[in-house]
Amino acid sequence: MGKELWKGNEAIAEAAIRAGCDCFFGYPITPQSEVPEYMSVHLPQHGGVFVQSESEIAAINMVYGAGGAGMRAMTSSSSPGISLKQEGITYLAGAEVPAVIVNCMRGGPGLGTIQPSQADYYQATRGGGNGDYRTVVLAPSNVQETVDFVQEAFDIADQYRNPVMVVCDGLIGQMMEPIEWRPVPKRDLPPKTWAANGTKNHTGRNIINSLFIAPEDCDDHNVHLAKKYAEIERSEVRWEERDCDDADIVITAYGTPARIALTALEALRAEGIKVGLFRPITLWPFPEKALHDLAGQSHVKAFLDVELSSTGQMLDDVRLAVEGRKPISYLGHAGGAMPTVEEMAACAREALKEAQ
Amino acid sequence: MAIVYQKSAGLTDAELHYCPGCNHGIIHKLVAESLVELGLLDGAIGVCPVGCSVFAYNYFNCDMLEAAHGRAPAVATGVKRTHPDQAVFTYQGDGDLASIGAAEIVHAAMRGEKFTTIFVNNAIYGMTGGQMAPTTLIGQRATTCQSGRTVEQAGMPIRMAEMLSTLDGCVYAERVCVTDVANVNKAKRAIKKAFEKQMAREGFTFIEVLSTCPTNWGMTPIKAIQWLKDNMIPYYPLGVIKDKAMEVK
Ligand SMILES: Cc1ncc(C[n+]2csc(CCOP(=O)(O)OP(=O)(O)O)c2C)c(N)n1
Ligand code: SF4
Ligand SMILES: [Mg+2]
Repeated sequence: MGKELWKGNEAIAEAAIRAGCDCFFGYPITPQSEVPEYMSVHLPQHGGVFVQSESEIAAINMVYGAGGAGMRAMTSSSSPGISLKQEGITYLAGAEVPAVIVNCMRGGPGLGTIQPSQADYYQATRGGGNGDYRTVVLAPSNVQETVDFVQEAFDIADQYRNPVMVVCDGLIGQMMEPIEWRPVPKRDLPPKTWAANGTKNHTGRNIINSLFIAPEDCDDHNVHLAKKYAEIERSEVRWEERDCDDADIVITAYGTPARIALTALEALRAEGIKVGLFRPITLWPFPEKALHDLAGQSHVKAFLDVELSSTGQMLDDVRLAVEGRKPISYLGHAGGAMPTVEEMAACAREALKEAQ
Repeated sequence: MAIVYQKSAGLTDAELHYCPGCNHGIIHKLVAESLVELGLLDGAIGVCPVGCSVFAYNYFNCDMLEAAHGRAPAVATGVKRTHPDQAVFTYQGDGDLASIGAAEIVHAAMRGEKFTTIFVNNAIYGMTGGQMAPTTLIGQRATTCQSGRTVEQAGMPIRMAEMLSTLDGCVYAERVCVTDVANVNKAKRAIKKAFEKQMAREGFTFIEVLSTCPTNWGMTPIKAIQWLKDNMIPYYPLGVIKDKAMEVK
């Protein structure tokens, strides 16, 4: 199959249609508005439903309704809009309604900026809504991965009856790249016998609900969810390692910073400095064990975490995985400024010097 | 022996949890009977609110979704747009619909979503213990306006049926109550008509049911009925507020 040039956001929408997305509900916000725009034209042509909602809160609740009635439902937004969706996401998780949510992240806090950011890591991985729950979080670092992951996200959501988030920094949504519509792994999925789509369509009565008023019932439900999350942690964790086998220093980064880190890696290797890259692909489940094991390797002297965040958010997970075995430095920019190759290289040199 | 009256097949055998004298139970019955009589029950999908009727999913004998507080119209939009041939309804209280969910109901009506909303207006937040609702009457006491609601503090109560009727997408809005047999019969006719119009794809249909909350009003059930007649009906007049097909201009 030949390569085609696609803009990230439009590719996200097209990927969803190819994955059998039945309906899309969204609200405009930069830098993701091309997703609802593309959907408004193309989804109905494929027999699907597009509604521009009155707010992100309404959009995620439309997803809850359609997903709860058995449809493949999707919404997308950018950071402030994703904040509004948190109420709906915890209900989706609690009622075990599958859904795909794309966050094309921009800078915050508050209105922040429309420039790319990764400052919604906590919100995505810790669950920005109330209660004990997790969403699967896929973090592509280019447009090709984005279209692959959006397609897979629907299967993952259906398999576990859980919301799946695809988070890309605004850069990925806005840039054009050559991609291939290559086949993505398809899962064997059971029919949705649980869907609230009318009793004539199944036996018994189906109820989509996150309310368990009796303490024992709510406890049981949470135990059930925790078991599911443990299963996802065992089966769905993904990451990529580049040149980590002999690395003195390992850069941890995801999304666009991971791409910049690859260039920094090559530049430093040319200087004779052995750098590796550890790139989490699922932010939850985080590749904790793999990073923990890497930190235990004697050749690894230090880590450098790089994010589009001023304080560092994934940094917490890196620390938890490294468990103090090696020093961790941090380089972060917020508000749309990108770390440069030179900056990363300088930080890596410095971190290594300190460690030695 | 001939059976002259029995529980509607539209209701399950679950025991209702409502307080004695609460009107929620009667309203459930009317919705259930309407779905059965119109032959819609096995395709029906209901959305319940957060409020005293949060457990309505245990009572309606059809598929149900429990929505977040106020979001039922958005949830119903997702259901109905993907299941256009099936009967879809929301069942919502006045705090749920007229306060936290004001945006969702207005925009569902604006879009002319083809589902039916049963709006149970008891002029109070029942479930949380009697706080002021947007529908609480001037002078009416609630736990957050203990000397009675004042205009200065909280403005005048909202009339949802009239407000939604200004939207072209809302094709049918009627206000009813269930205080006596005559009104129960009128309420039933209104609910049935709303479902018929929904299935004819005319647009958004809205039935506001004035309802009692003896517990939080601090009255006996009989006194509560009288209070509703004396105080609510003058401010929230009964009858058809709107019955007009959508004009596409
Ligand atoms: C987001 C959110 N805010 C507040 C609540 C608490 N709460 C539960 S029911 C309710 C009021 C319900 O009143 P109404 O809609 O009038 O229904 P009624 O109980 O009177 O039938 C409130 C405020 C909640 N569950 N969720
Ligand atoms: S608190 Fe009021 S509305 Fe709720 S069940 Fe009791 S009487 Fe009915
Ligand atoms: Mg109420």
